[in-house]
Amino acid sequence: MVPRYAGQAWTVARFTVLEAVRTRLFIVFLCVLALAWLGGAFVRALAVTEGSRLQVVFLAGMLRWAAVFVISLYTISATVREFNDKTLELLLALDLPRAAYGFGKFLGFSIVAWGLAAFCGAGLSFSAPGEPLLAWSLSLAMELWMVVAMSLFCVATFSQVMPAAAVVVGFVLLGRSIGAIQLMTASPVLDAASPIHRAMSWTIDAIALLLPRLDTFTQSAWLVNESAAWPALPPLLAQSLITVALLLAAALFDLYRRDL
Amino acid sequence: MTQRSWRQVPSSVLAAVGVALLLQIGWRAQQPRPLATALALPAAPAATVLKLVGLGDPLPVAHFAALYLQAFDNQPGVSIPYWDLDYFRVEAWLERILDLDPAGQYPLLMASQLYAQVPDPGKQRRMLEFVYRRFFEDPGRRWRWLAHAAIVAKHRLGDPSLALKYAQAIAAHSRNRNIPSWASQMPIFILEDMGEAESAQILLGGLLASGTLTDPMEIRFLTERLAQMQEKNVKKSP
Repeated sequence: MVPRYAGQAWTVARFTVLEAVRTRLFIVFLCVLALAWLGGAFVRALAVTEGSRLQVVFLAGMLRWAAVFVISLYTISATVREFNDKTLELLLALDLPRAAYGFGKFLGFSIVAWGLAAFCGAGLSFSAPGEPLLAWSLSLAMELWMVVAMSLFCVATFSQVMPAAAVVVGFVLLGRSIGAIQLMTASPVLDAASPIHRAMSWTIDAIALLLPRLDTFTQSAWLVNESAAWPALPPLLAQSLITVALLLAAALFDLYRRDL
Repeated sequence: MTQRSWRQVPSSVLAAVGVALLLQIGWRAQQPRPLATALALPAAPAATVLKLVGLGDPLPVAHFAALYLQAFDNQPGVSIPYWDLDYFRVEAWLERILDLDPAGQYPLLMASQLYAQVPDPGKQRRMLEFVYRRFFEDPGRRWRWLAHAAIVAKHRLGDPSLALKYAQAIAAHSRNRNIPSWASQMPIFILEDMGEAESAQILLGGLLASGTLTDPMEIRFLTERLAQMQEKNVKKSP
């Protein structure tokens, strides 16, 4: 039974990747890559010193945000289109369980996300050292993987582009800043014992428990300082596996609750 | 869009949500809280970068940066002595915050009241000089931090000349700026403490003669003080 569902999920995934190729997503991303490259070269030309370092940091930062933006918008818009075109109803009218559809879509978008991460790594390969770049690219792939899971969860919940995209952006921004927010709430110069401060601190700690710390992922410093990023990867992998499992399970929960 | 009851969801999916949620909370709970360390204070970003981050509204960025910097001073359970901080970086952060929000007082308060408390004269002087340098941009609003700097210079650093420099800057910019007279009179008393009684007398006499003082009690107090100085001077002279 399971291999049959796995085969169905793989078929859905294959068509999801095919759709991304045929809608020219990778060509669009290549254009983004070229623009980021031009921007990096411009920044390098402006720099008085450490031009190549500046170029790598600028390019890495730009590509990371561009990849997050592109994959989240693509995942959301492609799924919403499928909902609106009643493709989901058509598929589920066949002998296809919702879980196989959900897993298949997730796997397909994940392959697309890993492709974008590979493109980013290739774009940086001209100016960044090999081993740190590989670690950076793997970390980006994990980060995009979580973004895909979050996008699928939001689109299964809201079924519309705007609210889903807004929540994904909030997730990414909060995930990147939650560490700094925790730091700030933990260090009031005055009145740390006030009930308001304690309530705020407790709330932020509770939110932090539900979020991955995205600021520990895909750091530009790995590329320019050539610091050993490998020891950082296993905890990041564990974090992304847990977050993806949670978001995917939540997405399936909402998918099963849809009244088609 | 209508939704079916959650009872329609397969139990395996419900179990997966529960297990994954527990795993997520467990994983994050076993990770240490982010802690500030003195070494971790990064270099201040360029002012243009911060302005870019603010997307045309620099004030929220300035306040966010001030709170961020503050996180490196004071952590529960962790004592980061101020002298462990790189004061070049601290000063750069304060400069940026003040550049973004020139009307704000927060960075000047932090420099004069927090960072200048460190028992390291070099670092204290760096912070006081920061307050002094930025005072001239807006004396009407920033005089109180320079007045505090003068007190720190006199009593903590034991450097009355430095205190006098700061006090003279306030006095020189006090006209039409709503700076209270006690602040603009500081050079007189510092000079007196330095043994420069003659200069103090000249300054105090000039102040009384200028007619800028209007409070009769204040005029009476300062006139008595001038008389005491003159008396002391007469006794000292052979």
